[in-house]
Amino acid sequence: MALSTLGNHSVTTTAVERAILGKGSDSKGLIFKLLVGSSIAFALLVLVVLLFDVVTGAWPVLTGRGADFLSSDLRSRASESGVFQPLRGTFWIGVFVVVFSFPVGIGAAIYLEEYAGDNVFTRFIDLNIRNLAGVPSVVYGILGFSIFVKFFDGFFPNSVGQHAGKTTAAAGITLAVLALPIVIITASEAIRAVPQALREGGYGVGATKSQVVRTQVLPYAAPGILTGTLLSLARALGEAAPLILVGAVQDKLGGRTGFFDFAQFGEQFKALPITITNFAGRPGDDWQEVTAAAIVVLLVLVLMANTAAILLRNRFEKKRG
Amino acid sequence: MSDHADDVTAEPADAPRAVFHVEDLRVYYGDFRAVTDVSMDVHDNEITAMIGPSGCGKSTVLRCFNRMNDLIPGARVEGRLDYHSIPLYDHKVDPVEVRRRIGMVFQKPNPFPKSIYDNVAYGPRVAGNKKGLDDLVEQSLRKAALWDEVKDRLKNSAMGLSGGQQQRLCIARAIAVSPDVLLMDEPCSALDPIATALIEELMVEIKEDYTIIIVTHNMQQAARVSDRTAFFTAEVDPNTEQRTGLLVEYAPTDAIFSNPQDERTENYVTGRFG
Amino acid sequence: MAEPISLETLSGSSRRHLNESAVKAVMAVAATVSLAISALIVFSLVREAWVFITEVEWSTVWGSSWAPRLGRYDLKTLVVGSLLVTIIAMAVSGPIGLGAAIYLSEYASVRVRKVLKPTLEILAGIPSVVLGFFALQWISPNVIQRLFDGTSQFNLAAAGLGVGILTIPLMSSIAEDALKAVPNSLREASAGLGARKVTTTIQVILPAAVSGLVAAFIVTVSRAIGETMVVFIAAGGGGNNAQFTLSPLDSGSTMTAAMAAQASGTDSVVGEALTFQSLFFVGLVLFVITLSLNIVADRFVRRVRTRY
Repeated sequence: MALSTLGNHSVTTTAVERAILGKGSDSKGLIFKLLVGSSIAFALLVLVVLLFDVVTGAWPVLTGRGADFLSSDLRSRASESGVFQPLRGTFWIGVFVVVFSFPVGIGAAIYLEEYAGDNVFTRFIDLNIRNLAGVPSVVYGILGFSIFVKFFDGFFPNSVGQHAGKTTAAAGITLAVLALPIVIITASEAIRAVPQALREGGYGVGATKSQVVRTQVLPYAAPGILTGTLLSLARALGEAAPLILVGAVQDKLGGRTGFFDFAQFGEQFKALPITITNFAGRPGDDWQEVTAAAIVVLLVLVLMANTAAILLRNRFEKKRG
Repeated sequence: MSDHADDVTAEPADAPRAVFHVEDLRVYYGDFRAVTDVSMDVHDNEITAMIGPSGCGKSTVLRCFNRMNDLIPGARVEGRLDYHSIPLYDHKVDPVEVRRRIGMVFQKPNPFPKSIYDNVAYGPRVAGNKKGLDDLVEQSLRKAALWDEVKDRLKNSAMGLSGGQQQRLCIARAIAVSPDVLLMDEPCSALDPIATALIEELMVEIKEDYTIIIVTHNMQQAARVSDRTAFFTAEVDPNTEQRTGLLVEYAPTDAIFSNPQDERTENYVTGRFG
Repeated sequence: MAEPISLETLSGSSRRHLNESAVKAVMAVAATVSLAISALIVFSLVREAWVFITEVEWSTVWGSSWAPRLGRYDLKTLVVGSLLVTIIAMAVSGPIGLGAAIYLSEYASVRVRKVLKPTLEILAGIPSVVLGFFALQWISPNVIQRLFDGTSQFNLAAAGLGVGILTIPLMSSIAEDALKAVPNSLREASAGLGARKVTTTIQVILPAAVSGLVAAFIVTVSRAIGETMVVFIAAGGGGNNAQFTLSPLDSGSTMTAAMAAQASGTDSVVGEALTFQSLFFVGLVLFVITLSLNIVADRFVRRVRTRY
């Protein structure tokens, strides 16, 4: 037996042995395994082709212009156009997402998991959050356009024309709202994974609820919460559809305010995904190269956040077994 | 308040000496009655053991004494449960204050994922006590017979300790807030015999400072350490097939083991069932 | 324990109670923000959509093209466009996502999983504008135009394939959760009867997980219908003048792409008569469709949870 498992086809191999050792042809099983295996191989192949296509397309710009591409303004000629304003816009939109959706989302998750009892109201909020997570992103754009832009219209009354509200703030809050349900759901999951024994240990020596949350629940759930928030940040940074509705246009190139200049918040906002959309629609190979280069910049940003999230999670999964 | 007396055989107990006075206590989870008919007095500076087969509600009763059941959604307590003559389930009573006086040690050692020092200092800190922590930590660890083993690595993570050490750390953590009562929920069930013996020794040592109530599935343990023993069992409702725990007999430990009054107690302590 | 214990000492300090209530109140407000958002979404959609519904000449809502600036509001152009894109997308992400899920859940070793899972997650993190660019610049010329000679570079099929690729990770991850929820005892019982892995998977695991798999499919359909940028970039409806078509090889638009098209191009969402309101009308239709799908999917997920 031991020998035949090593692949020694001796003449004494009986039918029984063959059956037990599985040497009888299991072609059906093999085909099935090949089928499901090739599914995942296909997905990975697409990823490779996509990245290869984009990077080779962007190569002339990346090698030819390098950092100059990042620091140059948007121009009407492809060879001169850079991504300074949209990069700056995307950065600040990310800041808004972090500042608005993280505290609110984590607070909501704490309420739902630690404070709220299992009642009709809680279940309604829960259902509502899960449904919000499934609302198409373009619909959030409608919310941004009709509510936030209108709100900021009044905020910058002396600014450019009738649509002064289409600022980085309006765009940032729209995407913060879009990210909120994902932040809540992932933070809730992380909080639910905190062992009940830790909470009991805290309560057992007379800690109050807020103390248990602060000293036991949040430290334990922090990596999970951080992973979820980074993933939602990555998603928000890559979103274009809601921003189109909020009103990002390429026509006005905007002033040359600095990266941290407050004046930019009164201007019409720019964002990388929108710039990519506009570039992609322009004819000519030179524009396609610039588009690909802008995509590489966006991908680096988004994948950095994603990879950080994945690494963080894997590290802690390993640590906690 | 209590005029100290060691006479454990004096029955019935006069009210002032009792740390806990329990009368017809019933615990419900939603509509389901988990425990019923519990009446007992717990005396100070004694070890009171609660024994019985699994599912008889002894842990549930234990968790009433420091309002730990409040954490379970749908749990409801009826009947009388007085702590130093104060009704513990009065709506004015704050469970947080209760738990600062009535500490708890759990079935599985549950040290916090923090340093040994921070584990012990946790209780005093959440109570707003920031001064003299070093002394307090040392005293608590000494009382828990853990000081000599950990004094050189107080800043190390508590998760690196052995199971028995972790449980003694949990005891140190509980006594660091200077409680009046210690509740122990099967504190040795996850430990080996040597660690168990250490904890038992410790319990007997510290009972002059604390009133201890221990739930155990180990009859020998109850016989070895406790002054009084409460025997619980469960009855199955023939209609709903739900198990409801109840207190069968409560008496000095000697009496429970040598001269049980109830047939069910006798069957249990002689090993005929459970 | 010298201090005498009274009901008062056991009531705790009122300052602490106040503090605890304040913390709870702040958290509760955070939780209700989500309700406010939902209410605002519905409010902003319905307010303008209602104007469209009450004022539109309903004969213009049935025709042969969606061109709001010209007063043509043929909704079926967009709905059929969404349907075509979704069908093509699901033909890709349905089987491939399911296959990937089966491989990860039933076949992959721990080590292989550790590599494959994060890689799929990277694919999940690719922004949709990137997939749109890829659909237009790579899929369309290298797949669609090569297979079907004479097709325009802008076509619904390329957009559909792009959306399909975009939704593979979503389908795969929900389906994998569903397969993982099947208790190991079933696998062991089947193997114990001498069944091969393929037999166990097809005859035991998949039927046991069917509720979760259906949910995965529906959620993916919902995402595909709601996907905007891939279609907007690659399907050629950018001018916001889409002709009705049943052929995926034609240019066209979807509900989402039409909304984006209408909002872009000019400085504002303006135009003749009800152009502005039509955007909200389409948004409302889209919202209702995706919400219904999500609620149905939620039912299926719950069924899995109660069973195991």
